Formats: sequence, C-alpha cells, structure tokens
Amino acid sequence: MSNVNNLSSSRVVNWFKFSSPSTFYPLAGKMIPWFWALTMIFGAAGLWISFFVAPVDAVQGQGYRIIFIHVPVSWMSMFIYLVMATWAGLGLVFNARLSAMMAQSLAPIGAWMAFLSLWTGAFWGKPMWGTWWVWDARLTSELILLFLYLGFMALQASIDNVRRADKAGAILALVGVVNVPIIYFSVKWWNTLHQGASVSLTKAPAMAQTMLWGMLLMALCLWMYSISVGLMRVRAIILEREAHTDWVKQLNEVKR
Amino acid sequence: MWNSPTEFFAMGGYALYVWSSFGICACVFLIEPLAVRVRHKAIVRRLHREIMAEQFDHKGRQ
Repeated sequence: MSNVNNLSSSRVVNWFKFSSPSTFYPLAGKMIPWFWALTMIFGAAGLWISFFVAPVDAVQGQGYRIIFIHVPVSWMSMFIYLVMATWAGLGLVFNARLSAMMAQSLAPIGAWMAFLSLWTGAFWGKPMWGTWWVWDARLTSELILLFLYLGFMALQASIDNVRRADKAGAILALVGVVNVPIIYFSVKWWNTLHQGASVSLTKAPAMAQTMLWGMLLMALCLWMYSISVGLMRVRAIILEREAHTDWVKQLNEVKR
Repeated sequence: MWNSPTEFFAMGGYALYVWSSFGICACVFLIEPLAVRVRHKAIVRRLHREIMAEQFDHKGRQ
C-alpha cells in the first residue's frame, strides 16, 4: 500500500493515474460536453459545404453528394477498428482494465459505422452502378469488417467471466486487424467495380478542394462523435463492472 | 446553386438515394447516444437502489 502512495505523491504528474477507472470516470464526464460541442460545430460546417458550397458533379449530378457521408463513415469504420484493437491489445499485454473497457465501448460505434458504410454504399451503387450490392473485393471485405465487430461483441457477451471475455475479445480483435489493410488496398489489388481511393496521402487529391474540405469536416465531426459516444458508453461500462467497489458507492449521482 | 427549397429536396432526381443515406445516418447518430444514456441511467438507478437497500437493512438490524 505504501508503494502506491509514494507513486501518486511524487512531484511529476502521474499520467497513469488516469488509467484507473475511479479517476477516469469523472474526467470523462467533464470531457463529454466539449466533444459534443465539437461534433456539432464540425457537423454543421461539414453539412453546409456538402449541400451548399460543393458544386454539382459533371457525371453523377447531385447524387454524388452521398460521398460526403459515405467516405467519412467508411474511414471511421476502419479507423475505429484499429483504435479498438490497440486498446484491446494494451488491455491484454498490461492487463489493464480500463483499456479493455475502452475496446468494448468502441465496438458498437465501429459496427454502426461499418453498417452505415454498406448502407450508404448501396444507396450510391443503385443509381450509379445499377445494383445495390456486388460481391466485389471492397464491398465484401467491408462486410467482413462488420462481422468482425459483431463477432467481437458476441464473443465478449457470451463469456460470463469479464476478464476472460476481455482476453478472448482482444485476441479476436487483433487477428481481425489483418482485414483493415485488405479493405484499404482492395481497390488496388483486385479489379473492382468500386472506384479507387478518392483521397491519397501520396498524391494530390483528384477532386475539387471544396469537396475535400467537406469530407474532412464530416470525418472530423464523426471522429468527435465517436469520442463522445465512446466516453459515454465507457462510463456506463465502468459503473457496471465496478458496481461492488466503494468509490462507485461514494459517487454523488449514486448516493443522491 | 439551389433556386428553391423544392429543388433542394429533389436533389436533381436523386432524392431517394441522397436522403435515405443521410437520413439513416442521422437516425443512428441520434439513437445511439440516447441508448447509451438509458444504459447509464439504468446502472445508476440500480446502484442507488442497492445503497438504499443496504441502509434499510442496516437500520433494521439496530
């Protein structure tokens, strides 16, 4: 016990203290409104550009405006998977409770993003390609991503022992990481109906600046949204898992 | 770019596709935070009830 006291009373700011659920819970509560505010600001700016600033497309007419939601949700579905797998991996290596809770909190958001990516893709594919769905490399690997998220959630829910559920989920999440580069590079590796990357890190973007800005702002909005909802859900998970502890019983909202 | 609200909502003939894409996203981004809020409130209510029961138990024993 004396060891723990020495650590927390040392002069340097101990960042590891935020990895304890009892200190993270109130901190997350304070951060949530700020992230919601950022979500609203980026969302309003992004939607404004998407519908009122970006010019009409020469080939696809107004139908191309789906890009402003389709591309950001697809980016997020892949990015959140990487973040979730990182948290799950950290939880596995360091046996850290909060990391595993973060992974569990992010999984449903990622699953929704993957679902929305497929949904908006279908509603874009129908008018432009003439079909809702094809078994194309990009579409199929994105569908597998959705199943990976659902599998992660189902596996965790099916194991009663929380710590073992975390470990099993982490292994599944880490193995599934291999799918993310497959999705990303699928349009390069295979001949697909899906078009190539609209934004590349190495080349100048092949689209109007305003369109790029619209997509980036929408992506930022979804990023802030994911953080907000992730923090909200992790707070619920913390209370559920730490229900037996004294610090939870001392919380103002619990005591009332 | 848009001369009237009708023109805006018609989306150049792509209304079904554009609005179902954006609409379902709006629904998800509205429902998910509300569902998480309900989950948080449920666990807080449960914990509160447990504390009340403990106090009641304690008083009864005295």
